[in-house]
Amino acid sequence: MLKKILLKNAWREYLLFRDRVLVAWLIILLLLLGLVLRLVFLQVLDHEHFTTLSENNRLKILPLPPPRGLIYDRNGVVLAENQATYSLEIIPEQVPKDGLEDLLEQLNTILPISDDDRKRFYKYLKHKRRFEPVPLRYKLTDAEVARFSVRSFEFPGVNINTRLTRFYPLGKTGNHALGYVGRINQQDLKRLDTSEYSGTRNIGKIGVEKYYEDVLHGRVGLQQVETNVRGRILRVVKREDPIPGDNLYLNLDIVLQRFAEQLLEGERGALVALEPTTGGVLALVSVPHYDPNLFVNGIDHKSYKELLQSPGKPLLNRAIRGQYPPGSTIKAFVGMAGMEYNQRQAHQKTWCPGWYSLPGKEHKYRDWKHSGHGHVNFYHAVEQSCDVYFYTLAHDLGINRLSNFMQRFSFGHLTEIDISNELPGLMPTREWKHRRYNLAWYPGETLISGIGQGFVLATPTQLAMATATLSMRGKTHHPRLAFMREAAETRTLQTIPSRASTQVELRNEDFWTAAIEAMQAVVHGARGTARKQGADLPYRMAGKTGTAQVINIEQNAKYDADKLKKKFHDHALFVAFAPVDDPKIALAVIVENGGSGSSAAAPIARKVIDFYLRQRLQLEFDEAPAGH
Amino acid sequence: MKVSWNTSHTLHLDVLLLVGLICLSFYGLIVLYSADNQSTATLIRQGVRLGLGFTVMLVLAQIRPEHIMRWVPWLYAGGIAMLLAVFVMGTVGKGAQRWLDLGIVRFQPSELMKLIVPMTIALYLSERPLPPSYRHIVVALFLVLLPTMLIAKQPDLGTSLLIAASGLFVLLLAGINWKLVVGTAISLGSAAILIALTPLREKVLHAYQIRRIDTFLDPEKDPLGAGYHIIQSKIAIGSGGLYGKGWQHGTQSHLEFLPERNTDFIFAVLSEEFGLVGVLILFTIYFFILTRGLFIAMSAQGTFARLLAGSITLTFFVYIFVNIGMVTGLLPVVGLPLPLISYGGTSIVSLLAGFGLLMGIHTHKRLLSE
Repeated sequence: MLKKILLKNAWREYLLFRDRVLVAWLIILLLLLGLVLRLVFLQVLDHEHFTTLSENNRLKILPLPPPRGLIYDRNGVVLAENQATYSLEIIPEQVPKDGLEDLLEQLNTILPISDDDRKRFYKYLKHKRRFEPVPLRYKLTDAEVARFSVRSFEFPGVNINTRLTRFYPLGKTGNHALGYVGRINQQDLKRLDTSEYSGTRNIGKIGVEKYYEDVLHGRVGLQQVETNVRGRILRVVKREDPIPGDNLYLNLDIVLQRFAEQLLEGERGALVALEPTTGGVLALVSVPHYDPNLFVNGIDHKSYKELLQSPGKPLLNRAIRGQYPPGSTIKAFVGMAGMEYNQRQAHQKTWCPGWYSLPGKEHKYRDWKHSGHGHVNFYHAVEQSCDVYFYTLAHDLGINRLSNFMQRFSFGHLTEIDISNELPGLMPTREWKHRRYNLAWYPGETLISGIGQGFVLATPTQLAMATATLSMRGKTHHPRLAFMREAAETRTLQTIPSRASTQVELRNEDFWTAAIEAMQAVVHGARGTARKQGADLPYRMAGKTGTAQVINIEQNAKYDADKLKKKFHDHALFVAFAPVDDPKIALAVIVENGGSGSSAAAPIARKVIDFYLRQRLQLEFDEAPAGH
Repeated sequence: MKVSWNTSHTLHLDVLLLVGLICLSFYGLIVLYSADNQSTATLIRQGVRLGLGFTVMLVLAQIRPEHIMRWVPWLYAGGIAMLLAVFVMGTVGKGAQRWLDLGIVRFQPSELMKLIVPMTIALYLSERPLPPSYRHIVVALFLVLLPTMLIAKQPDLGTSLLIAASGLFVLLLAGINWKLVVGTAISLGSAAILIALTPLREKVLHAYQIRRIDTFLDPEKDPLGAGYHIIQSKIAIGSGGLYGKGWQHGTQSHLEFLPERNTDFIFAVLSEEFGLVGVLILFTIYFFILTRGLFIAMSAQGTFARLLAGSITLTFFVYIFVNIGMVTGLLPVVGLPLPLISYGGTSIVSLLAGFGLLMGIHTHKRLLSE
């Protein structure tokens, strides 16, 4: 039966089959041609496009971050350098995914891995591609590097990465001048040229490091490399070396700086010492201070919180941001204003009974000396720091004339020192008070402005600058930390142009002489408030004490330090320059809640000036006290 | 052709087919050597597999088709049993349950089914008048769909599609109505589109299959994830240009941007290093083998032999078309190797076994007088 059917249809079936096979063969041919067409499209028509893509795959441009310029003090002592530091990194794809925890455990037996390290590692892990190294530990010690290196073959995918990290070898010393570098953050990204910073992790955050970022950074280099899919570099195709940042020389004398810091150790305060002839900053101290190295690799939470919450506010740069009532330190300037506006002659006398009242008013403005100074002229008034003389003078001048004169010495204005975030202090005027508080100016406010109290605020840098200007008879140099840059490779030096100096012009040159004379009397005069410091001085020093009230003392009440908490104690100030006939150093020092200027601030100033002139400049003086 | 070295023994083989297959294998080894970074070990393993494949081919070529016909029902029953066994006791590899561990050897029963299914349908239809009646078509479809479903469940979409195709090719060659073919193709196509593109797919398909479909439709959507294969493969092929980057100089493959470069995506390596010229050489060899296969089918004796030979040849083409279509981005990613070029396992043996059957069919013709 079966056979019969087959036989019956054999020929027809064959023909049917043959047709089908021929159709199939044609379809195969057509489909193959279709594939060929597709390949012609890919390989001939779009060839260039795909070649570009293939090259993009193969070649990567890697930035070569430039090494940051070093920072030296005026004598070539290194203040900021770059140190090779080692970090431990893991390439996730080379480690089995569920073996990561074990791996960390194993590594922990070789070098300590803290919980913070782990947390940070897992945080980074989420944001990185599988072939990108993820840092696990920073700042390995040499011993840890050695221990790991010996056994590194046991840990495929774990590598030690070397990079240059900013290091401040002197730690806290000079930190408020130097500033520090830290991680580039969102804010930095907004203003910097991202291509110049590709590959760079840190940027100057404050201080000189920030201000001279352009000088210190250098130019980024690049290399074109062939990489495989995991980003492993197989060979370097092209290389353009980075240009290292320039080295920076500061006016700072770091030995003097450290000497001054030691004198102020344990206090809250600041000291700024300038070279009057140039404006060069010899020392810029703000205490308490902190170790800038903490910030370089990102400060940990705990340390940062400690710094923030420390009652001494170590993060505050008091030298440029501490705004204090300057107190009596401005008296010589106020006196000059009296002469300039023809309100007082230098020898013209004022009666000081120990208090002053505005005409027709009851309120008594007290002199610090209750019994009064008697008849005082400008010299006596400065020497003994008579308040009543300056109350009367200020009253006669009026606030606007006083303020205008003081502003010629940069009071109330930025000194334009070459570190950022400086505050301008305050030299009030009628208009200012109206703008600020919408209130009228009271005559009493003029009086206390005359002795550097009330609204008047100045930073230690401003006081030092004004003192330097006075010492140079009006020649004004803006304070300057950096003075020279050095190309790292060619070693060629180039002066950093400082702002042009200006001149404070007075009606009569003798006014300068009078002011300097009066300030000399403070140190060398028989009744000078800082006469203790001048007693055995073999050269001439001019200075002025200041004691700034922190709280208002009740009318008729007496300031009694013993009964007040330390934080309500007066600020002690002293400004000085020396030697008088050839000024080498001008400085301002403030000790917060230190008490009186003569006892807390003047001795520090004297020691610093002495150290600088004798030890640093090695000037020879006749040992006999330079008396009148 | 029969090659005899003495009067009593005759070696049955088809020299033209053999030459084509050997050319192809050598071409494949050359590409593979480059694709796997000059690994001699890979080369040797592939050589051993090819050797095994050619041996199986030669052995099968000696068997008369009539003998095979007798074994077919048993083979089919055994094959289905093994597919069921895979479910019960199969080992899992690469996320799918495909392997049957027999102690000494591990193998995929689905590979065997690639030959058993067309044999079965060919046998079933050869015993019935052609073109087949609807009733016979339904039975044949059932015989095809049973193993197809079992394999699709493993899940192994590529192989199950191949097996379905190999069975359907038999039906097609047996002369079923073109209208039926076209009608079925359209309805199946729209069903596939319906499944692939509507929310229905969440229920029917695996997550990785859905991803593949999405990737096919828009590879740029996820250039580092699922679309990565196709993007890199097209870059490799396109950057090869007319003459290629030269042997062992393909950057896409040697810098490892190209994934799966010695298995499913080896065509991209070939295109990158040998260019369009190399591709055309490959196509010429394939076309030669296909033409020879179809010629053997046409000149075969008996419906079973004809249908089987035709189906084996057409299935071989499906491999080629699906693989190259996938690698060039014309088709979605389906895990099919480029036949006899891709590195790897069981497909080489089952492909060459198929060609063994073809040779057997061609060299065991009875004289009409017999």
